Parts: sequence; C-alpha cells; structure tokens
Amino acid sequence: MSFLELNNVSKSFGGHAVLKDVNLSIAKGEFVAIVGFSGAGKTTLMSIIAGLLKPDTGTVKLEGREMGGPGPDRGLVFQNYSLLTWLTVFENVKLAVDQVFPEKSETERAAHATEFIEMVNLAPARDKRPSELSGGMRQRVSVARTLAMQPKVLLCDEPLSALDALTRANLQDEIARIRTLHNQTVVLITNDPDEGIYLADRIIPLTAGPGATLGPSFTVDIPHPRDRKALNHDPHFKQIRRDVIDFLLGSKGARHATVSKKLVLPDLEPEDLSGRAPLIGGRRTAIRRSEIKRETVEVDS
Amino acid sequence: MNESKLKQLDWLLLPLIGFAIVLALWAVSSVTWATNLPSPVKTWESSKVYILEPFAKRGEMDQGILRFTWYSLILVAKGYVLALVIGTPIGFFLGLSKAFTKTFDPIIQILRPVSPLAWLPLGLVLFLSAGKEAGTLGALFTIAICSMWPTVLNTAVGVRSIPQDYLNVAKVLKLSRTKTLFKVLIPATLPYMFTGFRLSLGIAWLVIVAAEMLTGRPGVGGFLWQEYNSLIYEHIILSIVTIGVVGFVLDRLMSVVERRFKTI
Repeated sequence: MSFLELNNVSKSFGGHAVLKDVNLSIAKGEFVAIVGFSGAGKTTLMSIIAGLLKPDTGTVKLEGREMGGPGPDRGLVFQNYSLLTWLTVFENVKLAVDQVFPEKSETERAAHATEFIEMVNLAPARDKRPSELSGGMRQRVSVARTLAMQPKVLLCDEPLSALDALTRANLQDEIARIRTLHNQTVVLITNDPDEGIYLADRIIPLTAGPGATLGPSFTVDIPHPRDRKALNHDPHFKQIRRDVIDFLLGSKGARHATVSKKLVLPDLEPEDLSGRAPLIGGRRTAIRRSEIKRETVEVDS
Repeated sequence: MNESKLKQLDWLLLPLIGFAIVLALWAVSSVTWATNLPSPVKTWESSKVYILEPFAKRGEMDQGILRFTWYSLILVAKGYVLALVIGTPIGFFLGLSKAFTKTFDPIIQILRPVSPLAWLPLGLVLFLSAGKEAGTLGALFTIAICSMWPTVLNTAVGVRSIPQDYLNVAKVLKLSRTKTLFKVLIPATLPYMFTGFRLSLGIAWLVIVAAEMLTGRPGVGGFLWQEYNSLIYEHIILSIVTIGVVGFVLDRLMSVVERRFKTI
C-alpha cells in the first residue's frame, strides 16, 4: 500500500483548470521530485498535498486516511522561507516544537529544537533574527523548523529556487544527507530537472498548464550518496535528463500557441480638401474612423 | 572656518537661520501692519515669569507653563489610551472580517472627518448627568473619538497586509485562534499599529487644545483662551509655541518607539 496517495485530483481557479486528474503514489521513505514549468501549477499541487487548498475533485490520502486540512504530519518547506521575522532562529523552531509536542517538558522541547538547529549547522546563529541571515541560512532555518515537527512527509516547494547556484548546491547536499539520516519521505517540487534527478529516487514531470497533470515517472537508479561530479558523466543520468526535458517540452509543444493582436486598418477614405483647414489642429479630421479589428493567429511550435 | 566644517554645522545653522527669519518677520509685522500683535521682545518680557517658574501655581488660571502642559498631557494620555484600547480591536476586526468591513466601513468613513469642535458639545451632552465631571468626560470622549481613526485604519491595513505565508505557517502548525492572534497576527501588524499610534497621538494633542478652550479647563489650551479674553495677547503666542514644541517632542518620541518596532 502506498504511503501518500493522490487520486484524480483536479483544481481550477475561476473556471481555469490548473490541475487535472493528478494521480500520485509514493512509498514510505521514498524521495520523489516533481519538475515542471513555472506557472504550471506546482505550488497549487503542493498546497493541495499540504492541505492548504482543497481539491475540487479527488482525494489526498496519507497512510490510507483521507486528509482534511493542513497539519504537522505533512511538513511544508516554503519557497520563500516564511520565517516569523520577529522571532529568533531558536524561537522560530521552538514555536513549531511547542505546537507539535505539547506533552514533552519545556527542557525536552528546547533540546529538541536545538538538536534540529544543529542538524542544519546553524548553532552559531541560534539567537539571530531572520533579517540578520543570508537567504541560504534562512532556508536552513525553515528546513530545521519543518523537520523538527518530525513530519511523516516532508514537502518542499521549490525550496532552493531563490538561492544562488553555490548555496543551492550546498543545500542540495544537505537535504540529501538529512534525508538519508532519517529515511524521510520527501516530495520535492522544483523547476530544475538536474536538481530533481540528483536528489530523488523518482522524478515525475508535470505537464505545462492549463489543466496540468503528472507525466510518466522516471526512476533514478543511481545509489545514494551520489557524486555530483561523476553524475554529470553518468549515461543513466543523462538519459533521464533527456527524457524528462523532452517530455516537458513535448507537453508544451502539444498545444498551439495563439497570438492575438489588435489591427488598425488604414483609413483609405480621401480627406475632404474642399473645406477650409481649421486654424487650430491643422490637420483635417478623418471622415470615417479607422476600423479596429482583432486578429488571432495560431502558431505551431 | 573652512567649508567642510560649515557643512557639518548645517543641521544647527540652517534651522537657526529659519527661526531668525520668522522672528524678523514677526518683529516687522508687529510694528507695521499688525499693531495689535505683541513684538517678540514684549512677548518675552510678559511670558518670562511663566517660563522661568514653569511649575509655579499662583491661581487656577495663572500657573507656570509646564504645569499647564502637565495638566493637558494627563488628559491627553487618558483619552489617547482610551482611543488605542477601543481602536486597535476595531482595526483588527476590520482587517480580519470582510463582513465587518462592509458593515462598519461606511460609518467610519463618515465619522472620521468630523472636527473635534463638533464632537465636544455632543460629549458634554452625553455626560451631562455627571455634573462637575461633565467637562472632563466630554473632553475625554472627544479626544478618544477623534484620535481613534488613524489607529483603526492603520491596524486594519496592517492585518490585511500580513503575508499569506505567515497564515500558512499558522495553519500547518495548527495554531489555535488565540495563539495565531498573539504569535502571528499581532507581531506581524505591530509596525503598522505603531504608525497609527503615532498619528493618533498627534491628533489627540490637536484635540486637547480645542477641548480645553471650550470647557475652560486649566491647561495650555484653557490658558490660551483665557488670556485671549483678558486681552493679554503675549500669552497666546506663548501658548502656541508651547503647544507646538510639545507636539513636536511627542511626535519625535513616538517615532523613536515606532522605529524600534520597524527593525524587527
């Protein structure tokens, strides 16, 4: 039986279908990456899994139970960190710990929060506020806060997309390390196929919207821990990357792009020269207004 | 003195030049077209005793200027606290509930521009049964109702502009309603609230003068009005300067507090 399961999930906003018939099944301990274009509905999909949005149709099941609202069992790492700026690193993590483990004693909870701050190597910044931290450090705090809730599934919504390339690579390694440490089930959403393939056991492309749905899943058969440098020459890695990108581009090309344009037709009526030109304004006004037409052209990609 | 040193003294020199220009205009006016206007020197001569003995009490309406200021400040403080206590929750409701906004926003928009001079008589009528205290209560009512609006509106804007992310964090953590309010909503709104508080304090200080004038209470405004009736025009200027300086100091103090919360 699958651990996390999505059945025929569809969602539309104001009549525009964003997601259509999304099916997903993830085993316990599996790391799945979902890769897609920006604006395809990745964040919508993540919000539905997290319970922040209700799907129009379909169900989200965790361990066979249907999920209603959001909860700490599905820990969400937000794209823009979402740290509470008036709390220190420790207080941010502690807030989550206090909330999820009310039965533990105060000292236990403090120790628990400290443990996770240390796990993301932020012990020296424990008492700093988010505004004093770099983007990479903030995202680490966010990861620590989410992991400290000990969620059944870790949901990462483009967690690294706002970071520079080097920090990004560092944090990718860190996520890989933490994941093996806890045998954590992870769903990672990304717009970078390389990142997805490097980290995940399975990578699934999300077709271009509107009405996006998940494509076939590609299993990444490379043992952990992976070597970033060696990976670049691994034929299997290259093959998956080609397949995923081909599929994504293919899904986009399947639609015809349309260009709609306002066309102003030239006014062919001759000017009336018999009357006298007005003193102000100079040019004689046209007798007939220019026709404005709308033309739509379909373009094959 | 070289040029760079002069530049460094800009902050002091230029304002002094500004004051000098206004004083000169005042002095010239008092001898040319506005002969009833006391000259700067006459004003100082006549006001000296109020400034040099700022806490003296020679009679009900003849006290040192800081003593008058103190009375006014106490009344302002009471009315202002009342305004914050009432205004902040209203702001929160406005920010949180669309229905509440639709119900009460029109009324707020209509009441907001009403002048303190219009509220005061209503305040006096409301507390008519309080007898001797009617003046004080009416003044408090006026200060509270006039200075409330910036707090109400800024708090509402602050609540509305809380990023969805913070609310999502609260949802994912399953924070209870009270916890969400105290751990997320209030801290996230604080910078906006303090901007409202500062503007409210400015208005409260504006209102006090009008309130004291009409009720004849001892205070800077009351003093101003009494001296006008006694034809001692020098003291009107003294009062105006005092009101201005105190208002300025209050605003500076609040903006220090405000900045303290902005950095968070």
